[in-house]
Amino acid sequence: MSLKNFNWKKYTNYLVVGGVMLIFGLLSLVGVSDASITSLLERISIAAILAVSLSMVVGFLGELSLGHAGFMCVGAYLGGKVAALLEPSLGNGPLNFFIALLVGSLAAALFGVIVGLPALRLRGDYLAIVTLAFGEIVRSVVMNLPAKLFGGTLGLSTPRMDKKYLFIMGFLLLLACLAVTQNLIKSKHGRAIISIRDNEIAARATGIDVTKYKLFVFTISSFFAGVAGVLYSFSMYTVQSANFDYNYSIEILVMVVLGGMGSINGSLIAAALITFLNIQLQTMLTGDLAVLQNLFYAVILILIVIYRNAPGLKGFREKYNMRTISEKLFKKKKTVVENADAGEEEATNE
Amino acid sequence: MNEQEKIVSDNKDLVLKTEHLCIQFGGLRAVDDVNLEIREGELYGLIGPNGAGKTTVFNLLTGVYKPTSGKILLNGQDITGKAPAEINRLGIARTFQNIRLFNNLTVIENVMVGLSNQIPCNMLQSIFRLPRHKASEKEYYERALELLKVFQLDEYKDYLAANLPYGKQRKLEIARAMATNPTLLLLDEPAAGMNPNETQELMDDITFVRREFGMTILLIEHDMRLVGGICENLTVLNFGTELAKGDTATVLSNPTVVKAYLGD
Amino acid sequence: MNFIAAIINGLSSGGTYAIIALGYTMVYGIAKMLNFAHGDIIMMGGYAMYIALSLAGHPILALVAGIVFCVLLGVAIERYAYKPLRGAAPLAVLITAIGMSYLLQSLAQIIFGSAPKMLVKLQVPGFFMIGSLRVDYSTLITLIVTVVVMTALTVFIKKSKPGRAMVAVSEDRDAALLMGINTNAIIAITFAIGSALAAVAGYLMLMKAPSLSNTLGAMPGIKAFTAAVIGGIGSIPGAMVGGILLGVVESFSYSIPALAPFTEAVEFSILIVVLLVKPSGILGKMRREKV
Repeated sequence: MSLKNFNWKKYTNYLVVGGVMLIFGLLSLVGVSDASITSLLERISIAAILAVSLSMVVGFLGELSLGHAGFMCVGAYLGGKVAALLEPSLGNGPLNFFIALLVGSLAAALFGVIVGLPALRLRGDYLAIVTLAFGEIVRSVVMNLPAKLFGGTLGLSTPRMDKKYLFIMGFLLLLACLAVTQNLIKSKHGRAIISIRDNEIAARATGIDVTKYKLFVFTISSFFAGVAGVLYSFSMYTVQSANFDYNYSIEILVMVVLGGMGSINGSLIAAALITFLNIQLQTMLTGDLAVLQNLFYAVILILIVIYRNAPGLKGFREKYNMRTISEKLFKKKKTVVENADAGEEEATNE
Repeated sequence: MNEQEKIVSDNKDLVLKTEHLCIQFGGLRAVDDVNLEIREGELYGLIGPNGAGKTTVFNLLTGVYKPTSGKILLNGQDITGKAPAEINRLGIARTFQNIRLFNNLTVIENVMVGLSNQIPCNMLQSIFRLPRHKASEKEYYERALELLKVFQLDEYKDYLAANLPYGKQRKLEIARAMATNPTLLLLDEPAAGMNPNETQELMDDITFVRREFGMTILLIEHDMRLVGGICENLTVLNFGTELAKGDTATVLSNPTVVKAYLGD
Repeated sequence: MNFIAAIINGLSSGGTYAIIALGYTMVYGIAKMLNFAHGDIIMMGGYAMYIALSLAGHPILALVAGIVFCVLLGVAIERYAYKPLRGAAPLAVLITAIGMSYLLQSLAQIIFGSAPKMLVKLQVPGFFMIGSLRVDYSTLITLIVTVVVMTALTVFIKKSKPGRAMVAVSEDRDAALLMGINTNAIIAITFAIGSALAAVAGYLMLMKAPSLSNTLGAMPGIKAFTAAVIGGIGSIPGAMVGGILLGVVESFSYSIPALAPFTEAVEFSILIVVLLVKPSGILGKMRREKV
């Protein structure tokens, strides 16, 4: 609401993301940073784009998509294919990247429309099933098409961009994704989207075109999944359809839930954290132990959702949330009005 | 004056007219041959015992259900079978028996959602923060605040809707409905669950909305005393059919109506 | 002849899908939730059978052990993961169910490793000929079990007291509660029956292909779930029809060489087509939300 006075707090996440990009960009320019860091940053930017875009659907619209990896797969394969075709004439520089980006993300958005159109007119659960089915279809089709097209089971060979700079692209695209998401959420359209999540029947009766908004949010979200896919295809030497399976969609969902549904910053932090953990655990947990990680995610997912939603835990939540605990620890005195404001901030997900 | 013109002139100030409105759920006729005629500026009551089909009539009028047969005319325009959002844009706004607010939005944001179709600003303008976005947001805020002031909710504007006391939630629902700039306001048992003070305040509000906005109101109410106090005309529903209709005093003294309410 | 063979195979695998789909659809009808973990209950039942086979060695004992374990597991999951969320947003329940599915899969891999276990003792070798058509005994057994299960379930729902209470709860939970039906108990019974059916389906699957891994139930679960939606989620005859239909389509798709690799895509495309044409599914009723 504060339209006049410039509010730095509103831009914290842009500053952090932009700052990380600049610092490591400079380090990498002078040749200080090493490959493991740039590759980590690459993966974080991809995961963060996926998590922020999925949080639009799950956190703000209140619909469940289980095929986010499928849309990423579309972007990775189509973007990667275009890039591979253009490589002889354009090389693997920025121009090739942007054309591939355009093709991959728009194709993913188009698939978003195709999938969303039948599913979003129906009750909520159907989107979960249809997107899950879509993810499986995409994966199996890509794998089984003639190898000439998308490389079959061996995967598609893609041009790989200079390791030093891809993460900068990733962070720029993450900033774009953040800007689109946050500008959309903090507008009349964002209010409409949240109103649909809170009470769809009332939203309709208040003149909100529910289907239009659902389709729009879902399409934008698919678009950014496609963006992440193209980034991915440029960061790998080959794109393997097996990587875009159901488990990966779930991992993105875990980021959104862990970050606190409806919190963009939460999704960002969770994406970075989980990506970092994944890389650390990969070296620590080998063989069948690797699955401990999945077990951990599963437990986290269940506990967080039950803790945050169970009607029986309402009193417990109010008594022991982060705010009251920190207040007790630091013995801050807050007036009632301030508390009400704080509550608002939390719920409108700034 | 030929036949056609006569119909037009007779219907001239009719805001809402239903013709033989019916809906069937499986074997049950929940609403059967309901013919409402509501004139401009009127406060019309729809009463009847529990399960008489009152809320179902509202759901038909607002497009939540599609009628099995019959017609709904709003200001002479046929709106039968249209989608809820479209019907709202054409001029019907409503409240719900079990309050349906946007609980995670603030009070003022709830009203701003109601204003959505009044102040244009497309998604690209919002995403790219074009000047139109900023101007429209300012207008949203100001107009919403104005409405909140009318309903004396402005001091709660930054509260989450869920945290409002019950009576204020009912008021907010009316304010949100009014924000959509309707020609007809449907109130579904607005006094349900209210204490006598709140009920009195609500009745004053309804009177105020009529005076201030010249609003036409269709009201569902269970409490016959409340209805008797403010409505000009009534339709009494029982088992989905019209038991009686006409001006309030006549209808309420009708023996069949009394019998339907009090039982044998 | 190929055609008839495809139909017989389709009916057989469709029967298994139908039995799994029944679990999904009953839980959906009564608890109004999609139990994503249902497929993984099949898998856990498989491991229970594996243990029983190594201890006792008899297939029937294995089946009993599988059923008992699945029933306990299904009821426990409902009690500790889903029940606390009754009355919460549907999205929360859905995500918990997905988490549960994930939990069971990883748990099984941690305990039993990722190398598949071979339950060869469950296999029923041999076949018989009808003219020039070869029919495996396992196919025949699957068909018979499918018919028996469906008949028994239909009779149970129609005639028994808990069965009729289940119908009442699925129609209107609040009204059923007012009529003195213990809805919590009915929901638990539903999970128990669904899980028992999952064990039976798991047995049938392992009888045909004895390799057991932690993802045994994942794909059949998703497919059966698709079948339940195609038939009309919440509808018991719908689950049967959807399951059989999906099985037959799958079998035909496998028998056409050009289509075979895309069989999964074909199956899921049917789902999207059905949702476009008749969103409530073949035999489903459109539910009205109370306003």
